[in-house]
Amino acid sequence: MLFGFPLLSLIIWLPILVGIAILATGGDRNAPLARWIALTGSILGFLIALPLYTGFDPATSAMQFVENHVWFERLNVYYHIGVDGISMPLILLNCFTTPLVVIAGWQIIQERVSQYMGAFLIMSGIVNGVFASMDAVLFYVFWEASLIPMFLIIGIWGGPNRVYAAIKFFLYTLLGSLLMLVAFIYLYQSSGGSFSIIDYHQLPIPLSAQILIFVAFLLAFAVKVPMWPVHTWLPDAHVEAPTGGSVVLAAIMLKLGGYGFLRFSLPIAPDASHYLAEMMIALSLIAVVYIGLVALMQADMKKLIAYSSIAHMGFVTLGLFLFNAYGIEGAMVQMISHGFISGAMFLCVGVLYDRLHSRQIADYGGVVNKMPAFAAFFMLFAMANAGLPGTSGFVGEFMVIMGAVKVNFWYAFLAATTLIFGAAYTLWMYKRVIFGAIASPSVEGLRDLSKREFVLLAILAIAVLWLGVYPFPLTDVMHVTVDNLLDHISNSKL
Amino acid sequence: MQTLYLLVPLAPLVGAIVAGLFGRYIGTVWSHRITISFVFISFLASLIIFRDVLNGNVFNGTVYTWLVTGDTSFEIGFLIDQLSATMMVVVSLVSLMVHIYTIGYMQGDPGYQRFFSYISLFTFSMMMLVMSNNFLQLFFGWEAVGLVSYLLIGFWYTRPTATYANLKAFLVNRVGDFGFLLGIALVLMHFGTLDYAGVFAQAPDLAGESFEFIPGSSWLVITVICILLFIGAMGKSAQFPLHVWLPDSMEGPTPISALIHAATMVTAGIFMVARMSPLFELSDVALSVVLVAGGITTLFMAFVAVVQNDIKRVVAYSTLSQLGYMTVALGASAYSAAIFHLMTHAFFKAVLFLGAGSVIIAMHHEQNMEKMGGLKKYMPITYWTMFIAALASAGVPGFSGFFSKDAIIEAVAFADIPYAGFAYFCVLATVFVTALYTFRLLFMTFHGKPRMDEHTKSHLHESPWVVTLPLVVLAIPTVGAGWFIGPIVFGDYFENVIYVLPEHAAIEKLAAEFTGIGGMMLHALVTAPFWLSLAGILTAWYLYTIRTDIPAKIKTIFGPVYTILDKKYYIDELYSWLFAGGARALGSGLWKIGDIKLIDGFIVNGSAKLVAGFAVLAKRFQTGYIYHYAFTMIVGIFAILTIWLY
Repeated sequence: MLFGFPLLSLIIWLPILVGIAILATGGDRNAPLARWIALTGSILGFLIALPLYTGFDPATSAMQFVENHVWFERLNVYYHIGVDGISMPLILLNCFTTPLVVIAGWQIIQERVSQYMGAFLIMSGIVNGVFASMDAVLFYVFWEASLIPMFLIIGIWGGPNRVYAAIKFFLYTLLGSLLMLVAFIYLYQSSGGSFSIIDYHQLPIPLSAQILIFVAFLLAFAVKVPMWPVHTWLPDAHVEAPTGGSVVLAAIMLKLGGYGFLRFSLPIAPDASHYLAEMMIALSLIAVVYIGLVALMQADMKKLIAYSSIAHMGFVTLGLFLFNAYGIEGAMVQMISHGFISGAMFLCVGVLYDRLHSRQIADYGGVVNKMPAFAAFFMLFAMANAGLPGTSGFVGEFMVIMGAVKVNFWYAFLAATTLIFGAAYTLWMYKRVIFGAIASPSVEGLRDLSKREFVLLAILAIAVLWLGVYPFPLTDVMHVTVDNLLDHISNSKL
Repeated sequence: MQTLYLLVPLAPLVGAIVAGLFGRYIGTVWSHRITISFVFISFLASLIIFRDVLNGNVFNGTVYTWLVTGDTSFEIGFLIDQLSATMMVVVSLVSLMVHIYTIGYMQGDPGYQRFFSYISLFTFSMMMLVMSNNFLQLFFGWEAVGLVSYLLIGFWYTRPTATYANLKAFLVNRVGDFGFLLGIALVLMHFGTLDYAGVFAQAPDLAGESFEFIPGSSWLVITVICILLFIGAMGKSAQFPLHVWLPDSMEGPTPISALIHAATMVTAGIFMVARMSPLFELSDVALSVVLVAGGITTLFMAFVAVVQNDIKRVVAYSTLSQLGYMTVALGASAYSAAIFHLMTHAFFKAVLFLGAGSVIIAMHHEQNMEKMGGLKKYMPITYWTMFIAALASAGVPGFSGFFSKDAIIEAVAFADIPYAGFAYFCVLATVFVTALYTFRLLFMTFHGKPRMDEHTKSHLHESPWVVTLPLVVLAIPTVGAGWFIGPIVFGDYFENVIYVLPEHAAIEKLAAEFTGIGGMMLHALVTAPFWLSLAGILTAWYLYTIRTDIPAKIKTIFGPVYTILDKKYYIDELYSWLFAGGARALGSGLWKIGDIKLIDGFIVNGSAKLVAGFAVLAKRFQTGYIYHYAFTMIVGIFAILTIWLY
């Protein structure tokens, strides 16, 4: 409770209400007002989320900050929300990212400012709702609702091919989640009329049904993550999305998939998870190796980072299906870290794009001569993307590789190729963009970071270094939850 | 004392942060003053710790808990014993000298503060590496020195060759780290901890355990672990076949070539294997791999050094070859000799590099030795210090390099590990080649007729004191460090630190014959290495001062051999074709065929087209024209009736 309000509800609804208030500021005459409300609202949203961490009891795996009210009595649908060690860090990541995207769009968005800011705030609240929902219907509503703001962000403020990208994004993810709804209805029936996710965790289900449920969830989550081969919407969506959209997409939206596996697939269908683990691991390793090679050949910076996102998310799904603490906690750390790093990488490309309106690597070269401060930040994030120890990028990959070797040496072997590929595609891009003599008159005219951009990148730099040097506080809160989950999925539910 | 331990790495880190973030505001002078003072603090602290360790106070403890996952706790901690204390003194001394030298070498460079920031950051990283008490922190330091090396090779980032070289260095090192990390993963899996103490204590229990590494073939766990760890060492210490990055790293400014790519960072692999002696001792196969890689590197890289004309490249290939010596020593279980050679090499190679840098300053950044000659009278301090270092490098009795190298050669002769014979041949033959290329460098640069243009010649002068002081200071251990061979290699200095199996006791056999440094020098007069070395020096003297026309003739007569050496055995070409080209072709194929054609073209857009196709078909039935509907109805009724009646 915060000033008499239930904390978790506040974290979900405050950004949504602020978002609606921003929409009410109307046309671009009131753009400055819209920006300031958005900034205040998003920072407030982050501040009120902090008690989730400080008030969190890491010694229990039970849901905390729980609220439970009847929603549709006849269908047994409840407004049931709560967090555990898995969802809490993701909510914090989301609340942390929102002010950053508001600042990132501060100057560059000059049209329909209120709608743009409103969309991000509303999306932030909705995503918090996804992570906090303990009721399947509530979850599904938030899940699908989160598509709409992102669809609009890409479709309205995106690049030239934005309509194709927006529709591809929307259809891909919508088709994926429809089967999830079918799975929920099946679970509702077989649980005797409950939509409570926790009830589903305890529900015994025969293997054939578990496999079907697993596959239904898989389509929904694999598209979000995205896993190979349902990843092709991501590069298009990223290339067309405005910078802020890319940041949220990479830092937050992809995590919904990883979270889905942890909350639904593994605990509801543990036997199917074990049964299909090798397939999941194979898909994840393909993501790491295949996508790593594909990323190498990209000529468009955003596409390159999009592909690198897919490869990094491959570590998340790999970690989840190793069924040991290294793997699952590594996957969690990787999700948080990827939130920081991919967000930062897209912001860096945004900084360049805002100046030259090109994302092509070939249009740059020698940027360091004109933008030394930018080059330094970009170097840090590039190294983090390549998984350098001391940055957050290393921690998750390290943990997952440690977990993988326990299952099979060759899984670890293939996963560890990211050490080479990750460095190759990231640093090769860095070299072509940043190093060298000034390549063109337009590069000659570049100016270094503005104060606003500097603050933005500095915040992320601190986050990346902090998580790399001292990840203990993060893993500390998820321990008991992960242990409990591992315990749960090691027991058959047949 | 524990505060001092923290001070050793943290002081340079503070210096690096100050110079890096605020260098623009505090200016060049304060940048070097601050970083040098902090490195000096680190050096003093290292000395005090060294003395403390000599008094028997070793330390093994945790600084903070990095991460807890499952039932394992990963910690950042220090292990201060004879090995780490020795490394700390060597690293901080060379680093301090290089910091001072940099004032002269980098004068007027626009990246002056940045350079100081980087070398201080390097000192921090290297200290974390050598002081670590666990594999994780070792890997941290390992990659961090790689990062700084990357930044410094590409320091002059507008040069295409520099940014090519730094990318290459990072990626080749990453190949090594790939093996290293897998080795660490196997260690964690089999020992349940990454702490050295815990791992080494359990190592003997695991000695006989094997697993199906490749389906259908059983491998000793320890062998696999050690080979993987050694792959890491091959990357960092530039052993064949991962040596290709080191010569190119000479694109960086000379001070870092001395500090990072000769004296300290590249020896991290040697240090690591010595640290892991309780593991490597348990696997003869791994030791053989180490011997062979070291032997090949020693001999074949020395050959390349003979044909180089770039003064820095000669020293670079010499470094490769000397690292090969250390590796061979490791493979022969002569860990203490390897560390001893690491130490003497750090000093004499630093002098050679810094001296080369001094020459390069005088020559206005000309590095081609064919355009030098006769510099002796213009730069006496540089000449004499380099002369001493060359004697040490060639292994002339009395100088530090002699003792360490001789110990290695003798130890390999005593070793019983498979392929020790091959390695012995390599290290012995290389003695001649080493003396040849080292003195070729000296004679081509400092003796004979000046071959530079008049303008350069008129400006020739000795370098300022900030450059010559480090040369003189480092020349002292270049001569004298070897005299401590008795206690360090043959004594009990590394007792409880380095572990050698009784059946691998090459050093112990050697120690039995050791009668003091005087005896060792006298004994050398009747052994092959001394005469090979002398022959090398004389050959170089004859070819490069007396009959300077002969080398050109040799070049024409042995054309193909010369070309192969000049092209470094075409390994670079092979790698860039096979690995860089291969990865690009594969990536391009997967992208254009896998992603664009198959997944997007066939499945995603294909299903969209399928839906659209159905829609077009369905649209035909709903045109809105009554006669279309009427016609369809008639056809339909006709069809139904047909079925009905049939």
